[in-house]
Amino acid sequence: MTRLAARTPLQGLLSLTVGDQTVTEADCGFMTSIAPWRGQDAALSEALKAAHGMSAPGPGRITGREGARAIWFGQRMILLAGPAPDPSLAAHAALTDQSDAWAVARLQGPQAREVLMRLTPIDLRDGVFKNGHTARTDLRHMMASITRLGGQSYQIMVFRAFAQTLAHDLQVAMEGVAARHEG
Amino acid sequence: MRIEGAGLIDRDRRLNFRFDGRSYEGLAGDTLASALLANDVRLVGRSFKYHRPRGILTAGSEEPNALVTLGSGAAQEPNLRAPALELFEGMEARSQNRWPSLQRDLLAINDLAAPFLGAGFYYKTFMWPKSFWERGYEPLIRRAAGLGALSGQHNRDVYEKAFAHCDLLVIGAGPAGLISALTAARAGADVILVDEDVRTGGRLNAETHEIDGMPGREWAEEITNELLETGNARVMTRTTVTGAHDQGTYGALEKLPPDVAARAGAPLETFWRIVARRAVLATGAIERPVAFANNDRPGVMTASAVRAYVNRWRVATGRNVAVFGNSDDAHRTAADLIAAGVHVSALVDSRHHARTGLDVPFYPGGQVCNTDGRHGLEAITIATAAGTEKLQAECLAVSGGWNPAVHLSCHLNARPVWKPDIAAFVPADGAVPGMWPAGACRGEFSTRACLVDGIGAAVDALKDLGRRAPHMDVPRAEDAPCGLAPLWHVPGKGRAWLDFQNDVTVKDVRQAAMENFRSVEHMKRYTTQGMAPDQGKNSNIGALAVLADATGRGIPETGTTTFRPPYVPVSIAALGAGAQGQGFAPQRLTTSDKASRRRGAPMIEVGLWYRPSYFPAPGETHWRQACDREVRLVREAVGIADVSTLGKIDIQGPDAGRFLDFVYTNTFSTLKPGRVRYGLMLREDGHVMDDGTTARLGDQHYLMTTTTAAAGEVMRHLEFVHQGLLPDCDVRFVSVTEQWAQFAVAGPKSRDLLNEVLDHTIDGQTWPFMACGPVRVGGIEGRLFRISFSGEHAYELAVPARYGESLFRDLVSRAEGMGGGPYGMEALNVMRLEKGFITHAEIHGRTTAFDIGMERMVSPNKDCIGKAAAERPGLTDPEREQLVGLKPVGAVKMLIAGAHLFDKNASAVRENDQGYITSVGFSPTFGHFLGLGFLRNGRARHGEVVRMVDHLGEVETLCEVQAPVQFDPEGGRTRD
Repeated sequence: MTRLAARTPLQGLLSLTVGDQTVTEADCGFMTSIAPWRGQDAALSEALKAAHGMSAPGPGRITGREGARAIWFGQRMILLAGPAPDPSLAAHAALTDQSDAWAVARLQGPQAREVLMRLTPIDLRDGVFKNGHTARTDLRHMMASITRLGGQSYQIMVFRAFAQTLAHDLQVAMEGVAARHEG
Repeated sequence: MRIEGAGLIDRDRRLNFRFDGRSYEGLAGDTLASALLANDVRLVGRSFKYHRPRGILTAGSEEPNALVTLGSGAAQEPNLRAPALELFEGMEARSQNRWPSLQRDLLAINDLAAPFLGAGFYYKTFMWPKSFWERGYEPLIRRAAGLGALSGQHNRDVYEKAFAHCDLLVIGAGPAGLISALTAARAGADVILVDEDVRTGGRLNAETHEIDGMPGREWAEEITNELLETGNARVMTRTTVTGAHDQGTYGALEKLPPDVAARAGAPLETFWRIVARRAVLATGAIERPVAFANNDRPGVMTASAVRAYVNRWRVATGRNVAVFGNSDDAHRTAADLIAAGVHVSALVDSRHHARTGLDVPFYPGGQVCNTDGRHGLEAITIATAAGTEKLQAECLAVSGGWNPAVHLSCHLNARPVWKPDIAAFVPADGAVPGMWPAGACRGEFSTRACLVDGIGAAVDALKDLGRRAPHMDVPRAEDAPCGLAPLWHVPGKGRAWLDFQNDVTVKDVRQAAMENFRSVEHMKRYTTQGMAPDQGKNSNIGALAVLADATGRGIPETGTTTFRPPYVPVSIAALGAGAQGQGFAPQRLTTSDKASRRRGAPMIEVGLWYRPSYFPAPGETHWRQACDREVRLVREAVGIADVSTLGKIDIQGPDAGRFLDFVYTNTFSTLKPGRVRYGLMLREDGHVMDDGTTARLGDQHYLMTTTTAAAGEVMRHLEFVHQGLLPDCDVRFVSVTEQWAQFAVAGPKSRDLLNEVLDHTIDGQTWPFMACGPVRVGGIEGRLFRISFSGEHAYELAVPARYGESLFRDLVSRAEGMGGGPYGMEALNVMRLEKGFITHAEIHGRTTAFDIGMERMVSPNKDCIGKAAAERPGLTDPEREQLVGLKPVGAVKMLIAGAHLFDKNASAVRENDQGYITSVGFSPTFGHFLGLGFLRNGRARHGEVVRMVDHLGEVETLCEVQAPVQFDPEGGRTRD
């Protein structure tokens, strides 16, 4: 009989505090990609609301709350983070378990945006990338999902295998920002 | 020398620095140039070609002469412009391009040979013999002529890249830029104001002008504070916009303050990409010198620089200063010097009608026609209608007018337009979409005109952004016309320098015209004028005027060369920030990475992935020993390999089968759930794109496997097919490569091992070859596929990635208990060669299904991508190169991938080429090398002996052509 031990993607790599910023690994629980069947987008949103309490997010948006979120994840694709997907959703969408596929980090601090400005080309200004906004974009040379969870708090997701590079790139950017704000 | 009075320096903060090994003292607020001048150091460099002594010409980033090297060892940085270097405590600067010392530069011998080294000299002289160029002439010339050098060592300094976004980018923080930024910020627009100086103000910091009754520099501070108080603006000093690119993207190089850059983790420089919805170009203008004989002596400076050193840094650029110009700027210079208590030995104004109220020796209608001095200016010669007169001067302030800094307006290919009243080029209308030039860079030279223009540009930009502009009062400021009369070149004997940095003289430009290089572009390339690091900032217009004169044309008819990015030199370290070493590309690490490295496995890169090459065992001294052992352990017992890197795509939907039938050449809609099938995928042009196995997990659920290398390409292809070709197909797919850790368990004992690991036992009945399905491992849901890339009885076991490391360790330790162990890419490659399985070495983009012997896999019963194109006659010609196996049969036993194949007795020349080898490996199973390759009509030539020739390594091997599949051709070992 085999006993398998679990490891999280960023185990041993995060958390990390540099200057006023902290980045930690987030445990999102289950992560499921939800891809609606043809013509089922509206019905899926209803089912999502009934089962998990949030409607389907539009492009670049998230819905739900901490512990049960739906994150827009690309063209007609949603990532449900938190609960195991209700079986009723399967009638409206392809469900695929992604719980182990993504390294998820939370970056927090008064200069969190300055850190991200060194890593991603998207416009992060307050009026443009607001709380509850999300983007599929580059983080240096990695494909990422970046979500603004609060005024000074961002969720960053990259493929699990990139975890080490993510931790490294975040650290370098955080050190550069911290050095500017010293003293 | 330093003089009394308040400038923008802190007399209480002294900074020690060294130049060429000697210690000096400067003040906080100094640049290296102002500190050197304050210490009466005038000779700071040698010219590029003739090694002429050179001093500081300007007070800005356009400096052509005063280039120095900072730092030493790995951090050594050459070719930095002294007037643009902020002085810091302990700065260590060195002059360049001299040997053995700046004072006694032996290579100045070049200057004596100057009559032979003019424009076109190299082209004419070093033509023969041709072979001497690369090994002889060029290195010699390069050693004698040059700039500073890099250390050649790995640079450990930190550099950074960053992105910024704004509604309005204002480039330049002089009066026009400041008022423009304030106008926009008051309207609520997000503004970024950028300036290359350490502070805002631009020329206001160097002049004595007043705005609204206060000194210009104080006004600039006030406006800057007001700007920041709006909360809408970000002021980036020490930042130079280097390029205007498409879609409102601007490159900008920020140098961090020396004290910040010295902190741990801080970058030296940040390269910004600023995406601006609109921009205002307020880059000002650059004063141009006048060409006259020996105008390059240290001590000859632009008048605006002399004013800057006096007014801002309180440095007199000589004990007696002469001023020479063609506009009222000359008078202003003399007035500022007198006010500062500096002796003015002459005011020479080339305009005959000029008058002055200043108490100085005045030469209206005069011209400076020569200079004297050895390592610095000692005297000047003035030519007037009355004759010539020589008088003493340690510094000559020269003004030939101003060239608007139009550079960024040229970056999208617009050519600037000639403006006769200022005798200069200004940006063309609409040169860069969304960018408005304002102020001096548009030829508006008075302070008031700059302010009016700055407000105007902001109003236009705001209107374009759909914002209402606030009312702005134009501050009171001087509004004097510049009264310029063009003067480019003072005739006379002796070399008159145009391009100080590349040592181009008036004579060189005339020579170019004489040899019929009359186009400005040809002249530029023939003389190298404007091709030095300053990119012609100081010399372009002067050279152009001389060319126009020499060819009897006007300046607008002659045209102008334009400017490319970057505006100032940008270190590659900044452009490539973060990309040194492993930063070059992100790393994808498997869940077994740590465990593999702990076993000493060297990693090889496959795309972004790192995979173990082999697992060295104690006593093994060569990778081949490990590889051979790993092949045997799989063939005889059981081996474990991480195959998680293969692309895995989860495909679901009622039309999934139809979709797969269209992307694969063979049929998947007929595959039974719980079974796996090998598939071949073509590109639209009929060539093979990728191969792999696809499992049917459920009625409407498939799992496609791609090769590691093509995973991204296949995903993109599926998206294209779905969105573009089969939009009616109700199918969805998503990558699950990272969700599953997957391990090959291969070898005759693989099932025995699995039966120890799985929560339930399997047998040949329930799990025949090509079966798949769910399994449980230690209570965890996994997937098992009975597939084989080794030719052995083999499986691939997948578990959620969080358990990957744990499962790998478990599988390996159990395998070792059964006489097996882990195997790496080398052994994997050898085994697939023994089986004749292809990889992207074979399906390299130019081979078809026919070429690899799989044409029967293209189903005749249905259409698929690439099918029609694959049927073109040229792609099914029997004379095409076809996949074959190869083994050595002669005295030489080595096969080399990339080597070409020839008939046994044909000479190894291109015309006789019969094919090439794609993959080789030493097979411990057969005891010799095995190769796969492509041979013309190869399937009909099994048994024939051909000759392999590796032209690079000069290896020749006789090989026998054989079937690609050598090991277990019937495939009995993979079945029960």
